[in-house]
Amino acid sequence: MENIIEIKDVNFRYHNSDEEDLGVNVLEHINLNIKKGEFVAILGHNGSGKSTLAKLCNAILTPSSGVVLSYGFDTSDEQNLFDIRKKIGMVFQNPDNQLVATVVEEDVAFGLENIGVPTDEMRKRVDEALRAVDMYEYREHAPHKLSGGQKQRVAIAGIIAMKPECIVLDEPTAMLDPRGRNEVMNTIRMLNRDYGITIVLITHYMEEAAEADRIIVIDGGAVMLDGKPEDVFSQVALLKSVGLDVPQVTDLMYCLKEQGFPADTHIISEEAAFDLLYRLLL
Amino acid sequence: MLKDITIGQFFPGNSVLHRMDARFKIIITALFIAMLFSANTIIGLLPGILFMALCYALSKIPFRLMLKSLKPIIPIILFTSLLNIFFLDGVVLLRVGFVRITYDGILFTVMMILRIAALIAGSSLLTYTSSPISLTDAVESLLSPLKKLRFPVHELSMMMSIALRFIPTLIEETDKIMSAQKARGADMESGGLLHRAKALVPILIPLFVSAFSRAMELALAMECRCYQGGEGRTRLKVLHSKGADYIGLTIAMLFLDATVLVDLLL
Repeated sequence: MENIIEIKDVNFRYHNSDEEDLGVNVLEHINLNIKKGEFVAILGHNGSGKSTLAKLCNAILTPSSGVVLSYGFDTSDEQNLFDIRKKIGMVFQNPDNQLVATVVEEDVAFGLENIGVPTDEMRKRVDEALRAVDMYEYREHAPHKLSGGQKQRVAIAGIIAMKPECIVLDEPTAMLDPRGRNEVMNTIRMLNRDYGITIVLITHYMEEAAEADRIIVIDGGAVMLDGKPEDVFSQVALLKSVGLDVPQVTDLMYCLKEQGFPADTHIISEEAAFDLLYRLLL
Repeated sequence: MLKDITIGQFFPGNSVLHRMDARFKIIITALFIAMLFSANTIIGLLPGILFMALCYALSKIPFRLMLKSLKPIIPIILFTSLLNIFFLDGVVLLRVGFVRITYDGILFTVMMILRIAALIAGSSLLTYTSSPISLTDAVESLLSPLKKLRFPVHELSMMMSIALRFIPTLIEETDKIMSAQKARGADMESGGLLHRAKALVPILIPLFVSAFSRAMELALAMECRCYQGGEGRTRLKVLHSKGADYIGLTIAMLFLDATVLVDLLL
């Protein structure tokens, strides 16, 4: 599979307003490739640098050293800015702070208006995007009257209307209630499965990360683990040592194993855990 | 308490007025204001009021909404009418001590009440029947000749629409901060004016801080969606003027003529 985002030996440090170096590397020697069509979850606790990593992907931030190539475009070159952002959309944590317009459909159209899509074409793409996230019947509503999950889906519609090939979501469910979180996760999964959009999901919910094809764990600005969810979560002791959790079922398996039962810490789904427990009990 | 404000609210509908081009509605509202202010007598106000009544009938906006829009200005009306009624010179009708009420005073007061009430009720109709977005679009379109003078027309309308978008969000936030400060023992309801003004400080500061951080995030989100100013932008909804818009404009002009005529004849 082709790499769509290539992060090569990237260091990143923040500067204060006077361009004065703050002296701490937020990211250190990061080497990562994101492949087309992947569903990648990036895990890490607060301050681990995971949001910074996300912002490097679509040139909101540029690396202090090293190179980030998004779809072959160097993110450090300002001329590439719009080419990159047309291909990589970004959804943020707070749904209130990313909706621009006072009507849902106008907000979905915002990005298309910016890139100069003709009106007829725009109408079609807005309706399509709203149907995709199941918000079509709310197209004439005011955003502030929607629930958190609905607002976040409108924000996603605004991104997919621009037909990106990749969407980076920075903790999109952190401010939502369980129901809203479900709605948003279903939408994300559907975009990856049905539309083939590459998903980079930053999260600190283990259950959400477990649904990805690949998990990257960031700690202290460096990649700590990178692999399939089962493999990553099976490292229970390591994850716990850096203050991260594992899905509850994996934790259960881990405890059973410690007690000497033949449990398997690669299990991350409730069904698999149920099968194993059932066999153990028989 | 903050949620009761009706001025500037939009009531979706499908009446002739709702479907009119917002640019024409703005011009017609300006003509309507001209009607009210060119009238010098109560009878002169009649065409304007009649025009407003016609518009309300066409808009199918309930009558009680019009009354509701007048509620916030009752104190202003009362205050100015009291001043006018007692302090205008003219034919004296009643005298109690140094207070006197004149015929001219009453006449002028009635006219002023009618004028202010019609002004508020009539111009509210503009926002009742047009979505905020169509209004900002209309303002952008009406001001577009100023672009030649390097006036930032697009930026102005963008700012207006973002402000409109965030009014409910910030009102909600204010309510939250107020509750939070009350829970910490803040007292906002008692004491003199100065004391109450001081009590607002712990509400305003967090509100400003959060508004700024929201603005930062919004700017980032806008940049991510390729926002680069008004240059080369297309629109989802393009304003179209139809026959009905010109008819409406003509009717408004006729009413303005009627006002001027009535004043000339009387």
